[in-house]
Amino acid sequence: MTPPDSIPQRIRAQDERLARERGTIARDGPDLRGAELEARLDRTWRRTPGIIGWLATVDHKEIGRRYIITALIFLALGGVLALAMRVQLARPDSALISPQRYNELFTMHGSTMMFLFAVPVMEGVAVYIIPLMVGTRSTTFPRLNAFSYFMYLFGGVMLWVAFLLNIGPDVGWFAYTPLSGPEFSPGKRADVWAQMITFTEVSALAAAVVLICTILKARAPGMTLARMPLFAWAMLVQAVMIVFAMPAVALCSSMLISDRLVGTNFYNAAEHGDALLWQHLFWFFGHPEVYIIFIPATGFVSVITETFCRRPVFAHAVVVLALISTGILAFGLWVHHMFATGLPRVGYSFYTSASMTVAIPTGLQIFCWLATIWDGRPRFQVPMLYVVAFIITFVIGGLTGVIIAAVPLDLELHDTYFIVAHFHYVLIGGAVFPLLGILTYWYPKITGRMMSETLGKISFWMVFLGFQLAFFPMHFSGLLGMPRRVYTYPAGLGLELPNLLSTIGAFIVALAVVIFVVNGIVSLYRGMIAPPNPWGAATLEWATTSPPPPYNFAHIPVVESNTPLWDVDGEMPVVTGLRVDEKETLLTTVVAAVPDLREPIPEASLWPFIASVAVGIVFVASIFSPWALAFGVVPCAIAIAAWFWPKEMKRHPEPVIS
Amino acid sequence: MIPAPRFTDSVAELPTTKFGPSSLTWWGIIGFMIIEGAFFGLAFAAYFYLMGHEQGWPPEGRQAPNLLWGTLFTIVILLSEIPNSMVKKAARQRDVPTIRRLMPVIIGVGVVLLIIRGFEFNNLNCRWTDDAYSSIIWAILVLHTTHILTDWGDTVVLWALMMTDLGWEGRRLVDTDENSMYWRYVWLLWIPVYLLIYWVPRL
Repeated sequence: MTPPDSIPQRIRAQDERLARERGTIARDGPDLRGAELEARLDRTWRRTPGIIGWLATVDHKEIGRRYIITALIFLALGGVLALAMRVQLARPDSALISPQRYNELFTMHGSTMMFLFAVPVMEGVAVYIIPLMVGTRSTTFPRLNAFSYFMYLFGGVMLWVAFLLNIGPDVGWFAYTPLSGPEFSPGKRADVWAQMITFTEVSALAAAVVLICTILKARAPGMTLARMPLFAWAMLVQAVMIVFAMPAVALCSSMLISDRLVGTNFYNAAEHGDALLWQHLFWFFGHPEVYIIFIPATGFVSVITETFCRRPVFAHAVVVLALISTGILAFGLWVHHMFATGLPRVGYSFYTSASMTVAIPTGLQIFCWLATIWDGRPRFQVPMLYVVAFIITFVIGGLTGVIIAAVPLDLELHDTYFIVAHFHYVLIGGAVFPLLGILTYWYPKITGRMMSETLGKISFWMVFLGFQLAFFPMHFSGLLGMPRRVYTYPAGLGLELPNLLSTIGAFIVALAVVIFVVNGIVSLYRGMIAPPNPWGAATLEWATTSPPPPYNFAHIPVVESNTPLWDVDGEMPVVTGLRVDEKETLLTTVVAAVPDLREPIPEASLWPFIASVAVGIVFVASIFSPWALAFGVVPCAIAIAAWFWPKEMKRHPEPVIS
Repeated sequence: MIPAPRFTDSVAELPTTKFGPSSLTWWGIIGFMIIEGAFFGLAFAAYFYLMGHEQGWPPEGRQAPNLLWGTLFTIVILLSEIPNSMVKKAARQRDVPTIRRLMPVIIGVGVVLLIIRGFEFNNLNCRWTDDAYSSIIWAILVLHTTHILTDWGDTVVLWALMMTDLGWEGRRLVDTDENSMYWRYVWLLWIPVYLLIYWVPRL
């Protein structure tokens, strides 16, 4: 330490006074508990009402809810585009939608579903649930969390406003060069796509860091890594994948926009650039992206299976290892999207075997869930039904995946509806079914009411059967040679029936989703009041009221087993001593989850919102002029500095983030 | 029903700040370092990918960038670790006066580096529009400049904060400590960038 005489007298006096004041701070514990504690914590953690309070809040539950609702709105929008395409394809030689408009429709559909629905909805659910599940009061870096939501929202709004202004992208969701380059896509359509990517990548990366730090550092005491719930494991793996994968797409889309805007030559073959560089970088992100969507869904499946089978998931450690190895293998597969570009022989063999290898950990997980169901006492309520639908559908999609991992078959089926069928089976079957299940499952925790079981079952069967009707025939239209992304097909090739069936199926799914949404809205007002733990689940999010108070838990729980709520026997062990009149939570060590630090939680702040507006303006303006980046640095830097700068310059007995 | 609490330990006596991997700041910074590292790694991959398509590197008719300014930059940024280490050590010892004295030095070094960087851009012997080779070396240098700029801005704000009474707070000392760690990362990343831009074309 420094010799004390280098500390000014005034500071030393402050230090001493603050040390004295520290003794008088109110903390939770046997002397401060129950109604009084809850009232005081509520005063400390509740957000201020009004629009300012709404924009400034850093409550992870509020942000998570916004994420989920926004993502579901984008799901609906993307779904409407899908219906429009299905109407067009219902009959051969249809002239309802022009080729140009059709290009925009499938581009918007894919981009919306991948970037504005699938990834954000998973992050949103996690942002809401993870802090509750690991037994803490807030995510780490809650302001960054708020910033990430606004960035996502602005990116999505920008894309859709552009679409409505007829400058929406039309180059497909993976925007291959040279089609998306300056020569073949003049105008601003491709730039809008590239900047939407930038928005959503900033958002996803920020949320990933928030989740990783929350999972590693804010777990309840005793929740060692070995006892960590499988959903937290899934989100940890997913967030780490985001950190490694998203920079690839952000980099290649920045290179694309600079080719278009300032004349670089990354993808310009005439100046020794290479269009395939785009495909490598894009799929280095794009393949892991599929698992970034799928791995959280496997977490949902584990959660639901455990609760509805009344036993822990069979072979917990195997499931964890499977998640991690899937996460790693996912980075070694990207080239299987590029079989049709021509590769060295050894490349074909390597990526074929790698693609087949990834079926192993996924298969292991499926057998673990089957074993859990077999050994448990399954209750087939709505969430569990979705798990069964997931297993059936995902296995079919997985098997077609193994088929197209073989190069000769892939070359035959590349860019046909067989591929469309395959990835909808794995993405809808693998991610959307578990998502609908988990939304039903966590709905009572989030809203305080139960969804209607009857309506839930109706929409479940319609989604499940409608989905099969919509997508199973696509295998056949693909085998018959129908190419994807073409706005129509001629009569007399045998494509009429499968396409008509697909269209009917799509409308059944859409109707089912409407019923699901109606169920969600009606239940908000008429649903049965939910007790804290309506499903009899084992994890900590059910150890607090439904919906949880702003501070999550009156006392931080202590975890003594893998399934805490099944093992506590009426009394929950808790630690005490956190501040009551300032926001504070507990940090623990990474592996053993031993209490390590008390951490102040930032107060609400408008600056993350202002920073996201500033950054958003720069991103949008840079579509039109590269100078926007140079001038935009200033407002962005000011907003970010103000976010960090303490609003109250006085020293507190214990740290406060104002 | 919510299970009733059974009180175990109290955490009231736990500290509110610790240096290193215990602190959230450390984890947040590591997270962003990995993200930036991924950006650089992929840009390096693109560099080698484009290089693989060429007969020569730099392609025929181009000259490798002039060594002078890039080498000067390397020397200055390596020397900047001296005040940086001193600040890091001072942060861990709550030696606020030393931090207040040395941070302006680091900020000044940052300005010098940015000026040298301007000359570097001028001595790449190509414009980014020339060909793919030029585009990728410009891109990598721009990426690294962004790195320098953000850390410089960050250091200026932190220095202003360290000049207030709040500079004596544990959290601000952790910030200072981590800011120095981040600077180490900036110059460590510079080494492969330097080799790629200046020396690989000379092999």
